[in-house]
Amino acid sequence: MTGKTLAEKLLSEKSGTDARAGDYVEAEIDVAMAHDITGPLAFQTFHEVAGEDADLFAPDRTIFTIDHHAPADGVQAANNHNAVRDFAAKHGANQFDVGDGICHAVLVEEGFVSPGDLVIGADSHSTTYGGLGAFGTGVGSTDLGTALASGELWFRVPQTMRFEVDGDLQDGVYAKDLILRFIGDVGFDGCTYKAAEYAGSTIESLPIHERLVLSNMAIEMGGKTGLVAPDDRTAAYLERQTGNEIDLDDAFRSDDDADYESVHTYDAAELAPQVSKPSNPENAVDVTDVEGTEIDQLFVGTCTNGRYEDIKIVADILEGETLAPNVRMVVVPASKSVYRHMLNTGVFQTLTDAGAVIQNAGCGPCAGYHQGVLGDGDVCLATANRNFPGREGSMESNVYLASPATVGASALYGEITDPRNIQTNRYDDTIFAEVLP
Amino acid sequence: MTDSNTTSGGTNPSDPARAWVFGDNIDTDQITPSRFIVSSDPDELAQHAFEDLRPEFSDSVEPGDFVVAGENFGSGSSREHSPLSLVGAGVSGVVAQSFARIFFRNAINLGLPVLICPGADAIDDGDEIHMDLDTGIVVNHTKDEQYDAEALPEFLQSLVEQGGLKAYTKAKLGR
Repeated sequence: MTGKTLAEKLLSEKSGTDARAGDYVEAEIDVAMAHDITGPLAFQTFHEVAGEDADLFAPDRTIFTIDHHAPADGVQAANNHNAVRDFAAKHGANQFDVGDGICHAVLVEEGFVSPGDLVIGADSHSTTYGGLGAFGTGVGSTDLGTALASGELWFRVPQTMRFEVDGDLQDGVYAKDLILRFIGDVGFDGCTYKAAEYAGSTIESLPIHERLVLSNMAIEMGGKTGLVAPDDRTAAYLERQTGNEIDLDDAFRSDDDADYESVHTYDAAELAPQVSKPSNPENAVDVTDVEGTEIDQLFVGTCTNGRYEDIKIVADILEGETLAPNVRMVVVPASKSVYRHMLNTGVFQTLTDAGAVIQNAGCGPCAGYHQGVLGDGDVCLATANRNFPGREGSMESNVYLASPATVGASALYGEITDPRNIQTNRYDDTIFAEVLP
Repeated sequence: MTDSNTTSGGTNPSDPARAWVFGDNIDTDQITPSRFIVSSDPDELAQHAFEDLRPEFSDSVEPGDFVVAGENFGSGSSREHSPLSLVGAGVSGVVAQSFARIFFRNAINLGLPVLICPGADAIDDGDEIHMDLDTGIVVNHTKDEQYDAEALPEFLQSLVEQGGLKAYTKAKLGR
């Protein structure tokens, strides 16, 4: 028998079986999450399955957020918010309200996720938690509602596609560029029903916020989860966030003789900044191929790249500068703590002085809900994860995806610009000492 | 599995009806534009199904009709609103060359029959088709053809036989 992948080990542990790719298992859930869009439907399921007054499987490990239409942009959204508040209060679950931030940022920052956990979220980007070595995966409301009652859910154990990256990234090149390249290479559905695993010396050198970017966008290639094996950096990050000591002795990593579906190797030094052209994340090209494309709106935020480190990169580029006259910029911090950090470090002032609009923490314009919707013919360059037709508004608008550095550089010129032509400080520089690892 | 051909919407995928054909990579935003997903009501969601992509869909779809698509149908969000909007529209099943994982799972959980059918690209918009869930065959009455689909894995079949995830969980909890 060959060794096991990280995904197989995680699901073996949680199901109490010798789980191998292709097996169907019932596994115990550690953490469950839903937000203002997916929560109300899950509550209906929970009531139907368990009854109105039943107990949640683990209220202390159940988290509800109000982040997608926050603050409410209409009566129905406001009613959804109230449904979340009422359910959380009645059942004693954790609840984060308007302005607290995006579910994925909140769960990570607040220390709800630990290496080895099985985390389900009623949001497709729940793959994010794989950046901490947890099996994070997105599910629908029926799945979530039943799991809130039973604490278990069925899973097909996925095969693993391994992405191995070695070497040093060029200045101006980030995890976002890596994941856009991976998606471009394997395709929008190239990892469907499978786990992505990111490994190699480049990945090991990435700080946690960058690993989360890789895991977040695993879903954009269809991935069930996107895993980075937990290491000392993971432990240090979590100890800082939670104050608790993390024991990595029990943490998993893939065996040397694990059976992968495929292995994809990359030389980090060869990677240029990437831009995904409309209207699919798989349309990734070198930034040089689309340089000069005129832009109307820049959007910095989302569960992919709305962390402090991301926004700091943009602020450093815009320090003392102003936006190109033809563009508007919307900045949406991923969480309240990011917002506060922006205020305390002067990033807020820098961006405002440059002409950016800064919104409350939340999902903002990512899916065209509100606060930055695109009109006919608008072109947006976004740090987001999706650029589907009409994603941020009009079906006649176009969204390009890129790293915060590419968005910041492009803001200076009003057209897509190679960030390598601009001074960009890497995250291992002293400027990030306050937020590393 | 005597009831497997009857969906929760009261439509029967073994009855022939028209196919609404879509292309590759139809994501959840295109199935249900995100501006409408503040509602969780199947009937209300159905009024906006495919609204930006095929505005005539919601007015013209008849209970029992089928949705047919290419690769990666239902990619994107985990929102169950998308399969729910099709249930609300009375769609009796979805045939696609491949599905995004969460959509496939959500559809099964909601009792919306889904078949992975590599030959689905032979079906044209407006063709009259039906699904045979027991044999995993899609029949095209207009063209007098039939296409093999992938049978549901044993585990999922047993889940369906037990009445779906809600019924399964209720039984497990002893309710």
